[in-house]
Amino acid sequence: MVNIEVRNAYVDFPIFDAKTRSLKKKVLGKVGGKIGTDSRVPIIEALHDITLSLADGDRVGLVGHNGAGKSTLLRLLSGIYEPTRGTSSIRGRVAPVFDLGVGMDQEISGYENIMIRGLYLGMTRKQMEMRVDDIAEFTELGNYLQMPLRTYSTGMRVRLALGVVTSIDPEILLLDEGIGAVDAAFLNKARDRLVDLVKRSGLLVFASHQDDLLLELCTSAIWMDEGHLKMQGPLRDVITAYKGKDPFENIGAETAARLGLDTHSAVKGGDT
Amino acid sequence: MPYFCPPPQPVTFLLVHDTSTTEPQAAGPRARVIPGKSRTWARAFADIRLGLSDRELWSHLGWQDIKQRYRRSVLGPLWITLSMGITAIGLGLLYSQLFGAEIGTFLPYITVGFIVWAFILGCLTEGADTFISNEGLIKHLPAPLTVYALRTTWRLTIMFGHNLIVYFAVLAIFFSDLLGEYKIVETARVFQPGLDWSILLAIPAFLLLLINGVWVSLLLGVVSTRFRDVPQVISALSSLLFFMTPIVWSTDILSARFTDLADAGWRVYIYELNPLYHFIQIIRAPMIGNAQSGHHWLVVGGITIGGWALTLLIMRNYRARVSYWV
Ligand SMILES: Nc1ncnc2c1ncn2[C@@H]1O[C@H](COP(=O)(O)OP(=O)(O)O)[C@@H](O)[C@H]1O
Ligand SMILES: [Mg+2]
Repeated sequence: MVNIEVRNAYVDFPIFDAKTRSLKKKVLGKVGGKIGTDSRVPIIEALHDITLSLADGDRVGLVGHNGAGKSTLLRLLSGIYEPTRGTSSIRGRVAPVFDLGVGMDQEISGYENIMIRGLYLGMTRKQMEMRVDDIAEFTELGNYLQMPLRTYSTGMRVRLALGVVTSIDPEILLLDEGIGAVDAAFLNKARDRLVDLVKRSGLLVFASHQDDLLLELCTSAIWMDEGHLKMQGPLRDVITAYKGKDPFENIGAETAARLGLDTHSAVKGGDT
Repeated sequence: MPYFCPPPQPVTFLLVHDTSTTEPQAAGPRARVIPGKSRTWARAFADIRLGLSDRELWSHLGWQDIKQRYRRSVLGPLWITLSMGITAIGLGLLYSQLFGAEIGTFLPYITVGFIVWAFILGCLTEGADTFISNEGLIKHLPAPLTVYALRTTWRLTIMFGHNLIVYFAVLAIFFSDLLGEYKIVETARVFQPGLDWSILLAIPAFLLLLINGVWVSLLLGVVSTRFRDVPQVISALSSLLFFMTPIVWSTDILSARFTDLADAGWRVYIYELNPLYHFIQIIRAPMIGNAQSGHHWLVVGGITIGGWALTLLIMRNYRARVSYWV
């Protein structure tokens, strides 16, 4: 059974400046008595009272302005952050793809990166060695795979990460908006693999600002606003409410054809 | 019609928490079940258990570190061996003359002491850095925290292995000096028995050191992520610790100053109260044929149990905070 249950979850980031992070205050503070104003650490409330239940077969788009808490929610769903208050329980094999500029050692090669990502996703070395050629072919990175990661552009990193997650069979796929960084040609190719993967894998949560990608991969959506879960429902309704216009109105002809709908009598978003 | 998020239901606490429902799958990644509550003993133990079972991951990362560190050097990881060899020979030559000791027995003494010290120092300094240096990975890929502690310990173990080459070289050269009874320094009142089968005791002794290395990395790792002064404190104290611990000097030097050991009085506590002395002694004594004492094992055993108990408590309470703090 694959599912994610989040109950009344809060994510509060304590912001330690140099002073509060050091021992000095803790130790000296006890001796000297109260020093003026409160010594509490300032907090950024990134997620506020999130209650969410996702199950097998859900394909959820995540929309919201910058800083609304989309990435933080994805990290909560992946188990990287555990809620400061409330609970979250996750069952299933999670494969997250977050913003890719950071995170990995910049000196390791593309091949090493594939291996390490695979190991993190619970694969064995043998399993990854079997897949590495397939991933190399899919990512079209060629000789770049021997180069250190610091020589990669953002799009190339995305290719790598997508290559790894689409070559294994995760049950919970969490994609952050960074994957929009690849070029159109690769996106077309990746889309097929993603659609295929999403059909196989149980659960997708996908943060994006690109309507056509969302329409293609997701059936429902969540609108995050300033850390609050503002709205959850069928994809079309949520995007309409978020953007103030129906996403099917100005959808490209090509995308419409691929989605198998005709632009004038657009099907209800939630049913496709 | 858009519908809004249902109002939070009355708080019914989740009781999903069977952590053992991982179904093995040949082709795909293994399942992780992350139950609701964070601050539980079960989660702390699960972190350690799952971390240990990710053997391929931490061993790969540990090797990666070694390869990365010597990536563009000609000799590569051989530098580990080489620098240990140079240090041990240099210190051995110097201190054997200062203390009036035979090179043939004092050089092995310093070599082994220094090799074990390198491992312990690594556990303290790199252990404190365990989570800080893995910030990127922690925030991008979900994994048990124990994986990073094991990465650190495994890396140090590999370095220890490289350093052992120096020990075996020294052993080969001075084997005859270590075989019979010998004195560490000329003035020593006691004889050391010399090498025998008990050299094998070094193996369980090192395993104990390893087990302690893991908790030290976890504990110092968590604490240092929250209080960034801790790594500084450790590095500030490390040189002092080195000279306080009988590594380049021997406890025999101290006792040689007194005709009766009872006269030494409080001075024996200089080393007896130093936990590192006991860790070094359980490994060093068998490896160079020194007199062994059971009390070192008792102390180390006690520290192992106490250390793990404290670490489990910290893991229970603050494990989930580390990704917020890094
Ligand atoms: N590690 C962090 N430390 C402090 N604040 C953070 C951290 N991560 C995110 N935030 C804050 O949480 C809020 C939500 O961020 P994020 O989830 O990245 O938004 P989005 O992905 O929707 O653009 C922002 O206000 C951001 O400043
Ligand atoms: Mg984001």
